[in-house]
Amino acid sequence: MTAVLVIGAGPAGLAAARAARARGASVTLLDAADELGGQFWRHLPASRPASNERVLHHGWDTFRDLAETLEFDDGCRILRQASVFAIETRGSGPAEVHIVVGEADGAGRDRLVLRPDAIVVATGAHDRTLPFPGWDLPGVFTGGAAQALAKSERLAVGERVVVAGAGPFLLPVAASLAATGSRVVGVFEANRVPALVRGWLPKPWQLSGAVSKGGELAGYVSGHLRHRIPYRLGRMVVGAHGTDRVEAVTIAAVAPDWTPIPGTEQRIEVDAVCVSHGFTPRLELAIAAGCALTADRFVEVDAGQETSVPGVYAAGEVTGIGGADLALAEGTIAGHVAAGGTLTDAELQRPVRRRTTFTRFAERLDAAHGIRSGWPAVVTDDTIVCRCEEVTYGQLRQTVSSTGSRSLRALKLSTRAGLGICQGRVCGRSVETLLAGCQPDGLLGDPVSTDRRPIAGTIRLGELAAAPTTALPTTSTPSPSIEGTP
Amino acid sequence: MTNDVIIVGAGIVGAACARALAMAGFDVTVIDRGTTAGGTSSACEGNLLVSDKGPGRELELAQYAATLWTQAAVDLRTELGPDFPSVEYDPKGGLVVATTDAGAAPLLAFAAGQRSAGVDARVLDRAEALSLEPDLAPDFRAAVFYPEDSQVQPTIATEALMASARRHGARLIENTPVTGVLRDSAGALVGVTTAAGELRAARVLIAAGPWSGEVAASFGLVLPVLPRRGELLVTSRMRHRIFHKVYDADYVGAVGSNDSALQTSSVIESTAGGTVLIGSSRQQIGFDCRLQVDALAGIAAKALRLFPFLAGAAVMRTYGGFRPFMPDHLPVIGEDPRLPGLWHAAGHEGAGIGLSLATAEMIRDLMQGRPTRLDAAPFSPARDSLAPHLEQAA
Amino acid sequence: MAPRLLAAGDDPVRPGPSTPLTIDVDGEPVTGIRGQSLAGVILAGGTLALRRTSVHGGPRGVFCGIGVCYDCLVEVNGQRDVRSCQRRAADGDVVRTQYDPLPEAPEGDHA
Ligand SMILES: Cc1cc2nc3c(=O)[nH]c(=O)nc-3n(C[C@H](O)[C@H](O)[C@H](O)COP(=O)(O)OP(=O)(O)OC[C@H]3O[C@@H](n4cnc5c(N)ncnc54)[C@H](O)[C@@H]3O)c2cc1C
Ligand SMILES: Cc1cc2nc3c(=O)[nH]c(=O)nc-3n(C[C@H](O)[C@H](O)[C@H](O)COP(=O)(O)OP(=O)(O)OC[C@H]3O[C@@H](n4cnc5c(N)ncnc54)[C@H](O)[C@@H]3O)c2cc1C
Ligand code: FES
Repeated sequence: MTAVLVIGAGPAGLAAARAARARGASVTLLDAADELGGQFWRHLPASRPASNERVLHHGWDTFRDLAETLEFDDGCRILRQASVFAIETRGSGPAEVHIVVGEADGAGRDRLVLRPDAIVVATGAHDRTLPFPGWDLPGVFTGGAAQALAKSERLAVGERVVVAGAGPFLLPVAASLAATGSRVVGVFEANRVPALVRGWLPKPWQLSGAVSKGGELAGYVSGHLRHRIPYRLGRMVVGAHGTDRVEAVTIAAVAPDWTPIPGTEQRIEVDAVCVSHGFTPRLELAIAAGCALTADRFVEVDAGQETSVPGVYAAGEVTGIGGADLALAEGTIAGHVAAGGTLTDAELQRPVRRRTTFTRFAERLDAAHGIRSGWPAVVTDDTIVCRCEEVTYGQLRQTVSSTGSRSLRALKLSTRAGLGICQGRVCGRSVETLLAGCQPDGLLGDPVSTDRRPIAGTIRLGELAAAPTTALPTTSTPSPSIEGTP
Repeated sequence: MTNDVIIVGAGIVGAACARALAMAGFDVTVIDRGTTAGGTSSACEGNLLVSDKGPGRELELAQYAATLWTQAAVDLRTELGPDFPSVEYDPKGGLVVATTDAGAAPLLAFAAGQRSAGVDARVLDRAEALSLEPDLAPDFRAAVFYPEDSQVQPTIATEALMASARRHGARLIENTPVTGVLRDSAGALVGVTTAAGELRAARVLIAAGPWSGEVAASFGLVLPVLPRRGELLVTSRMRHRIFHKVYDADYVGAVGSNDSALQTSSVIESTAGGTVLIGSSRQQIGFDCRLQVDALAGIAAKALRLFPFLAGAAVMRTYGGFRPFMPDHLPVIGEDPRLPGLWHAAGHEGAGIGLSLATAEMIRDLMQGRPTRLDAAPFSPARDSLAPHLEQAA
Repeated sequence: MAPRLLAAGDDPVRPGPSTPLTIDVDGEPVTGIRGQSLAGVILAGGTLALRRTSVHGGPRGVFCGIGVCYDCLVEVNGQRDVRSCQRRAADGDVVRTQYDPLPEAPEGDHA
């Protein structure tokens, strides 16, 4: 029996696990979180289960169905609170997967090593938020933070909130905030997407009556809310203000390339601002496994979702940002093929069709909402670019001009940008763009990127020093072969 | 003879040589297949050590290099100005600790030998050692403090030396691999061939770190520089709790060994950024850079013997590179008798940051035909201890 | 003007019964509900700043909410560098905000 390891239990990973099981593989599905569902199906935890969770989620029944099928299946082992911290490619098989299992960032978690026959990487994505003055103040959140706190705790991050950035994701964020009791004083989309309404509207973000022709975002949860939320195009947050926390933001109109237009600034008093300019795929594990990336820096896959490394598959947001429905379709294909199936099998015909549809859709979304090249214009010399190491844009500029360095690697090491504990997850791509922009020809001279993180999640030195356990915490079902490292 | 020199490699050794030669009036061109500090010199620690070297030629070079660094740190700051990132020169001193009875006597004997060679190596009692490093596991068997050990931030140091070289007229060509030697019709060296065409000079200096053997091979010559892999762990920032460089005494053995199997020994220090660097492994597996968790686990386990509190420290990254290893443990510095005009400055193993400045002075003096500060013969490509390796491999 | 929990009675998802818990944040008791993250409990308690930064000493709070930015690090029961947005709160947790100043630069180094 093929042993398939699925990393990530979001829509893609869940679908992959089910498809691999259906094709007869033994499956281990793991996720760093203690609840299944990934970013999309975040929900109140098992300690406080909601009886009507469905009103907040697109496809909730699909989720319950996937989760229950897998939870009651003896051939599928589910490891929660299991973080993959490293992938090694020296041994036999596609890769050796190193995991710690236990409370998030706990000490003394168990170390496990799995050597599966096939791996499905379904690690998803996180918000990409571009730097702007004041974005490091408490009270400035990513859209995902607002969404996560609203969905999994029923917590509103503020009372008067601005949602800004780019992309259709701003709308569910605003809707979640409103549904959790915030007053969303405006949603500001940087692009002037004329095709916006036509392009993505009813799906797949599935907001009932999200935006009317007049540009207003109405209530989301079955008439529960009556707020009218202004939805403005071609505007961007250019500053957040406050001393210990955000008290106001400045919104400005921007040109099509996102350069702010002087004189259009408008100050809005808020107690929270949620900013998201798109998503960055979580690539570190795929990179560690040796998978090739596409030019636009997603995991490259073939029609069967197999990466450039035989036996390693990828599905969901790591292969391209396309939403939960695309993630489900890709996951199904990946799981089926990883378990030994082929693309021509009858079970895959529907997912393959759906993948085509949703991929086209995602391309349209990206064309309409993608980040535009003029964004660095909002970044001032004293804007912090790397949040962890508090490196400002002025420091980046000065270091490039004084050293004459064209090397991303050297500039990271001499400015410390991207060297902090988030390991450039938040700032990495922005730092790359800003450093390249400081070069006379706009190009950096080395082929490295900020996406490589050999340690995929922090591990305590004591945990690393301890020998890996040779048994899983809950051993009752078949699983990929497990051994301690010598 | 014209005074032009091509330097192959823009690591710290190439940069230091470029600076010394440009300041002496040579016409210098540095060429690298990547970017400045893109190789080993940004994949290491910046220790400037005397503590790990027993009496002998390398120690003398390191002792001299230590004095050069003290001066260079001041000169570079003056020359490059306050806008240039600091090279983070820090004469913090090193503490070598024997954690076992078996390790104590060799450490004390090693230190005694070093003292006779002029090294300041102070045997400390438990209380003295703990006053230097209060969080050290108190059950160590012997401790020796080396006040002369210091450090720089190696990437910035490389950039600073290169920036200084350029201010003195050196040219830098990046992203251009050197592909071979250029000879005239009589077979004499007249330059190099590169991916972007020919480049002429009377002298060519190979300073390509662990790739120096490859570059020499493309010139048709054997040079036994081999990669010796080393990996380090980096923790998240923490309160400043480790104040010196702290090593396990087994470090001393690993540096001098020829064993190609995986070895680990502890080298622990705080950085200016507040993180802690934990080294390191030594392994000869060619240029294989694939992650090896058991090597990292070994490094972690040894570090905990010295500082048990680190058990809770969060490891956020691992990095490493390839030390340019020489079979006779001495760098190769000087002109190659097999091909006049070809020079080497390579093979500094785990000490290239420290030794770079002294290497550069030696190269400059030799190229100028002047007496060298230290005897250059032991480092010569023509030395006896290298001869069998040149033949064996040829 | 602070983050707050939606009252269960107003909540269309109809949450199940909640178990209260109390944590200690820098010596102050803060109450929350079982199943919340530490960050959620602290936020709902009205505190946005979870730590002070090392270089400028400025306040920092939750940013990404999903475990990728590490801005929400706190010390929990003596264990440093815990992402408070990822750790579920347990009754009695002792939380300390972190502030780790940089090591002092050596003499003569005025970078
Ligand atoms: C905070 C947030 C909220 C979102 N909300 C919406 C929304 O409301 N509507 C919408 O349409 N889209 C939303 N999205 C977009 C969302 O990414 C996709 O729609 C969908 O979740 C993608 O599914 P996926 O399976 O590819 O990845 P995800 O759902 O992101 O699942 C990936 C899983 O992998 C796990 N993982 C990652 N790395 C590791 C590791 N090293 N070890 C162990 N586990 C790991 C993660 O914990 C995660 O559970 C949101 C995204 C984010 C970041
Ligand atoms: C883990 C580790 C820890 C270490 N710690 C220390 C320490 O604490 N203290 C210390 O002093 N030393 C240390 N070292 C050793 C030190 O890093 C090296 O000795 C030193 O960096 C070598 O410098 P270099 O300039 O010779 O080589 P490199 O920095 O490797 O530079 C060589 C350059 O040559 C270029 N090159 C290669 N081939 C070609 C070609 N065909 N054409 C053009 N260019 C080419 C490369 O691109 C590279 O930029 C450590 C090494 C490792 C791996
Ligand atoms: S808020 Fe980003 S990791 Fe917790």
